[in-house]
Amino acid sequence: MRVLLIDDEEELVSTLAERLSFRGIDADWTTSGKDALEKLATTSYDIAVLDIKMPRIGGIELKRMISRQYPHMKFIFMTGHGSEEDFRTGSEEAGAEYYLVKPVDIEELTQKLKQIMSQQGGLQ
Amino acid sequence: MSFIKKLKPDFWDYHDIAADPHKRLFNFRRMWELTVFLTAGVALIPLITLAVVDYHVTQRAVASENLLRTARLVSNIRRSVSYFFEERRAVLKFLAHHYTFAALNERGTLERLLKDLNESFGGFTDLGLIDSYGYQKGYAGPFDLLGVNYSLQDWYREVCKKGIYISDVFLGFRHAPHMVIAVKRSLPNGSFYVLRATIDTMKFQGILSGLEMAGKGDAFIINRQGILQTPSIYHGRALQKLSLPVPEYAPKTRVFETNGANDVPIIIGYRYIDDTPFILMVIKQKQRLMKAWRETRIELLIFLCISILVISGVVIWVATYLVNRIFIADQKRIATLHQVEYSNKMASIGRLAAGVAHEVNNPLAIINEKAGLIKDLFVFKKEYAGDEKLLGLIDAILASVKRAGTITKRLLSFSRHSEVRIQHIDLKELLQEVLGFFEKEAEYRSIDISIDVAPDTPLIESDRSKLQEIFLNLANNACFAMEDGGHLNIRVAPEGLKKVKVTVSDEGCGIAKQDLGRVFEPFFSTKTKQGGTGLGLSLTANFVRELGGEITVDSELGKGTTFTVILPVAMERKEGNNT
Repeated sequence: MRVLLIDDEEELVSTLAERLSFRGIDADWTTSGKDALEKLATTSYDIAVLDIKMPRIGGIELKRMISRQYPHMKFIFMTGHGSEEDFRTGSEEAGAEYYLVKPVDIEELTQKLKQIMSQQGGLQ
Repeated sequence: MSFIKKLKPDFWDYHDIAADPHKRLFNFRRMWELTVFLTAGVALIPLITLAVVDYHVTQRAVASENLLRTARLVSNIRRSVSYFFEERRAVLKFLAHHYTFAALNERGTLERLLKDLNESFGGFTDLGLIDSYGYQKGYAGPFDLLGVNYSLQDWYREVCKKGIYISDVFLGFRHAPHMVIAVKRSLPNGSFYVLRATIDTMKFQGILSGLEMAGKGDAFIINRQGILQTPSIYHGRALQKLSLPVPEYAPKTRVFETNGANDVPIIIGYRYIDDTPFILMVIKQKQRLMKAWRETRIELLIFLCISILVISGVVIWVATYLVNRIFIADQKRIATLHQVEYSNKMASIGRLAAGVAHEVNNPLAIINEKAGLIKDLFVFKKEYAGDEKLLGLIDAILASVKRAGTITKRLLSFSRHSEVRIQHIDLKELLQEVLGFFEKEAEYRSIDISIDVAPDTPLIESDRSKLQEIFLNLANNACFAMEDGGHLNIRVAPEGLKKVKVTVSDEGCGIAKQDLGRVFEPFFSTKTKQGGTGLGLSLTANFVRELGGEITVDSELGKGTTFTVILPVAMERKEGNNT
């Protein structure tokens, strides 16, 4: 079960990946939508955690693109912008499993990821 | 004074100190004055002009009609009077020509003629025959005048010269007014004789006194010296001198206006009666003649005054009503303008806050992750584990990041929505969020803030940002009003099944009773010097109304103020408004 973290802040996304690995979650990271699509072409991932606001390809657009190619994948959105309310509505519309407002609580993220994984594992 | 104050419309003394000059489009007082004066002018000037013109025209018409009537009257009386003299003169002339001197001088002839004359004409007192030497040769009458010589008397000389003589009126021996008519008959041999009759003027007076005249009218005869020949009703007895000057000679009837005794305006009509020393005078009092006209004018004047009052009243009422309507509309317009301005300002602040929050959030997230990672290293890697002090420091960093995160989240949730967006709201959570903004201030000023929410308070359907705005404003006002160490209490409880009551009570300075009714008015502020716009509470009240609620205030000076907001549990849904 692999997780791909996508955020334009490299410092943030790399640290997150490292922290997740301490918690037993295998996570890769990229800093743009383009890199993410390239990575997806070579490696298989089950869950993508992505920032909504990114330069060039935004999170919601990227989610659509990935969903089209890899319909089995699940998504968690993160944002530092807009009210929680707007964010919740936006991510629900885009079809995300969950949403998080930055600064992200690592335990919350870990718990959510594990939850999604167990559901997928159960289905498999 | 207080009555006039009550009558004064709201716009009269209105000074909008808060509005910019370009925002106020109208000078209401001027507008009112212009409307009143223009409308009243257009309505009243023609009316008054008409009334004045009518007054003068009819007055002139009636006056000239009076003059004409008087002239006609004088002419008619003159005809009768002339006829009287003409008749008597003619009969004497006839007798003088019909009888010879001898025949007249015959004993009994004059007596018989006098009797016949009195039977047919009446009023003949005596009849005398005088020869060319002036001796009374024959006489029929009550006196013994035979042989009296008249040759030196004026009347005899005049009759000799002119052939006829009519005397002034005189009082006879019996104190009855008389006059004399004498005619001369010239004979072919150059001699002549005179037939003379004395006539009682009672009958003659009858012609004049029998007239019925309007306007205290008076008809009488004077001689050319101004001595009354017949008695007058208002101007003296017979043979008295008339108080008015004798009018100048004119061959025809003449009428003029003058002032009589006591400066009373009178109309005088007169006519010189031909071949007699008499002047016929008719005097009428002008005021009396104008009475009917004046009475009609007074009625019209009363009508005019009432009309002017009614028109002025209606004009003033209509102008006040309309200008007041415009004033109210303008008030609303300005209030809306300010509200829009305020909303825009709040929206800008919201956007700014959101921007700041976002910018802060990213580095905050990095700090969070890095600190988290350090902590993870201590927890998960054995070589770093066990240093309690470092772990404590990391926890402190993480706690601060969390706190900063709460603030940025709060700021973000404050980015505003202009339209009403209805959601289910937990008032307790909302109030805590709002009061979070005051935590620091309250701490510094030792203000005690408490929230009591009744356990059975339901979730309400409302607009989050508007509610935040409302309670932020109220709490802000309360904090402003209070000294350090005060107590701010917010109580929430259900009010019946369909409403929720929120009371915000402070222990501040309170609001004066006379100001209590005005606190929700736009631009009413007691803290203009401290930078208050006077908009906070009016906008708050507006928001409460927009959410279908109501707001009331109760205050006691020096003790504190309580604002009560009653909100509906369920919003009435407008068409096309989705949650």
